[in-house]
Amino acid sequence: MTGKPPFEPWGRYPKYNANVVPLQWQSDFPAIVSRYGGMHNGALAVGMGRSYGDVCLLKDGNLMVTTGMNRILGWDPETGILTAEAGMTLAQILDFCVPRGYFLPVTPGTKYVTLGGAIANDIHGKNHHVAGTFGCHVPEFELVRSDGTHLRCSATENPDWYAATIGGLGLTGVITWAKLKMKPIVSRKIDYEGIQFHGVDEFLALTEASKHVEYTVSWIDCSSTGKNFARGVFMQGDHTRNPGELKPSPEPKLIFPIEAPGFMLNSASVAAFNTVFFHKQMKKRVTALQDYEPFFYPLDKVLKWNRMYGTSGLLQFQYAIPWEHAREGTIAILNEVAKSGLASFLAVLKAFGDVPSPGLLSFPQPGITLALDFPIKPGKSFPLFDRLAQMTLEFGGKLYPAKDARMTATQYQKSYPEWQQFLRYKDPLLSSSFWERVTREE
Amino acid sequence: MSERVLVLGATSGIAEATCRVWAKQGASLVLVGRSADKLAAVAADLRARGARLVETAVADLDDTARHPQLLADSINALGGLDVAYLAHGIMGEQQQSEEDFNAAAQVLYTNFLSPVSLCTWLSNYFVKQGRGVLAVISSVAGERGRKSNYVYGSSKAGLSAFLDGLRNRVDRQGVTVLTIKPGPVKTAMTMGMKGSEKFADPDKVAQSIVDAIHAKKDVLYVPGIWKIIMFVIRHIPESVFKKLNL
Ligand SMILES: Cc1cc2nc3c(=O)[nH]c(=O)nc-3n(C[C@H](O)[C@H](O)[C@H](O)COP(=O)(O)OP(=O)(O)OC[C@H]3O[C@@H](n4cnc5c(N)ncnc54)[C@H](O)[C@@H]3O)c2cc1C
Repeated sequence: MTGKPPFEPWGRYPKYNANVVPLQWQSDFPAIVSRYGGMHNGALAVGMGRSYGDVCLLKDGNLMVTTGMNRILGWDPETGILTAEAGMTLAQILDFCVPRGYFLPVTPGTKYVTLGGAIANDIHGKNHHVAGTFGCHVPEFELVRSDGTHLRCSATENPDWYAATIGGLGLTGVITWAKLKMKPIVSRKIDYEGIQFHGVDEFLALTEASKHVEYTVSWIDCSSTGKNFARGVFMQGDHTRNPGELKPSPEPKLIFPIEAPGFMLNSASVAAFNTVFFHKQMKKRVTALQDYEPFFYPLDKVLKWNRMYGTSGLLQFQYAIPWEHAREGTIAILNEVAKSGLASFLAVLKAFGDVPSPGLLSFPQPGITLALDFPIKPGKSFPLFDRLAQMTLEFGGKLYPAKDARMTATQYQKSYPEWQQFLRYKDPLLSSSFWERVTREE
Repeated sequence: MSERVLVLGATSGIAEATCRVWAKQGASLVLVGRSADKLAAVAADLRARGARLVETAVADLDDTARHPQLLADSINALGGLDVAYLAHGIMGEQQQSEEDFNAAAQVLYTNFLSPVSLCTWLSNYFVKQGRGVLAVISSVAGERGRKSNYVYGSSKAGLSAFLDGLRNRVDRQGVTVLTIKPGPVKTAMTMGMKGSEKFADPDKVAQSIVDAIHAKKDVLYVPGIWKIIMFVIRHIPESVFKKLNL
């Protein structure tokens, strides 16, 4: 276990050595889980490694890569329920389902994540306010534990394991297959509308007015101060009701070719980017009929865009603050970021709705969520992260494990009090670097 | 009418990806492999993806005595045969093969003798029928022996030469013989290997194979760049080559 780490998370920080074990066949289970789980520092199932931080890492342990397990086990064209192995990616699901008139019930900002990874992080999309989390659309899955048991999990069968595994960060066992309830569509097009806004209050007003639009999200400029403070573009859309082409949007062609030198991403270039982005939309309001690909996955167009941040990597900072303190918290945190002079290229703001998740440790909760990207500069970005984490907690909020590599054990345990209850369901042979960090005594 | 395809070694990474392309086109498939569980998983997937018919047969293809029955039964199940696709093979351990002839013999048996038996039977069947495609996975490793894997390489070299001769014999009788020479492909077998992120994507390799079958090609290098690489490697003088660390 020496040499180049074979597996790095999307943010490329931290990097740890690990032994890579391909998982390809369900019939190899559970033997392989107990074998590797019992070796060295244990094991962890991973998908596409599209988590930014260390939930998909296990230092000096065995990473069981599930992407070879990507078979379809069943498809019901009447109900739109797909049964697939956990290593199938959302991209592969779209390729299969779009021509059949179905779309993902919930999708993150990249389609290169696996079904298992989506369940384990209980991911959310632009439709959280109407559809809830990914786990809300997974009626059933199978969990294999290192002691050899196979558990079928649903709201009625092993419901406690069902709840622990959705958002369970891969620690309850390995998800071998899952059912996913797809959403019918008549075209691959989205009726899109973009609206410029200034400030958090305008954002909140737009959110309120668009409650019944399926997808809403805002890009926000967090480098500007003064009269441009918290300016942004509110983006919303619905699957169009006019029947049209049902072919998958074409795959992206660009691959970010080289490691960018760190100086490329400085506050000046980000400020310039933000200004261009804001004014790219010339008018206060624009509408368009768009393919789903640029609407949901603008970044997938540049495969491996994380290399833009160089080898030292990047990290997201994403919080959810409940309504009670959402407005003041968001303004305070945006102020802190602007004041720090540190640049965030991508700042995404969204309101979470009140559809409850079936998951025990799920991240989303009603209120506001903000996601920020920062290049890793230990002396500069880490102190800012630490300040932002502390502020989030003071506003009653919490951080998203899928995007984290910095949260302290105290912060985690305070904001996810259910973790104690969760311990009952943790597989003794599985762990992650994230888990070891946040459950350590401080 | 949908294509009727027999796949030998159907649970290999490349074969499974190729079968998905056929399934999408509504083909009928018989899958042969060693493990019933794995075959069942692949078959379920192909059915969901639109294959007209998927049957499976468990067989150890080293058992050449069983070939005639296995092939006859498969053709029966398909109601005829348009394409036979041979994708089974083993890498072997070069080190072990150097120390123990039996290990080398095993590689030669599975990668050379077993396909020779199958191709003999199948080509005669196709000749009688007056048409058919025999598509066989060989390897770029068969183009020149290298110290790091010459046992595997020579099994594939033998296979490629056999296919050249067979093509020469049956071509004018309406039978196509396609020799497929893949470079390294991203599969579970190669995961974590040095440079594996640069290996070819199995879905793209699969699509090229199906296209080459439809185009009745003779030899396919996938990805195409390997045709040039191997041209260069074949032309390095032996006096130089033997000093290289390949
Ligand atoms: C560009 C980009 C945009 C994103 N946008 C969003 C967004 O809008 N909303 C959002 O919620 N997230 C978003 N994310 C985060 C991403 O959706 C999650 O991190 C997702 O879980 C990654 O899936 P993965 O398959 O890569 O899993 P990995 O990152 O490899 O693993 C994630 C977790 O899943 C577990 N796991 C994986 N497979 C299994 C299995 N078979 N059984 C048990 N556990 C398993 C792992 O142990 C780990 O804990 C984004 C990420 C990127 C890179």
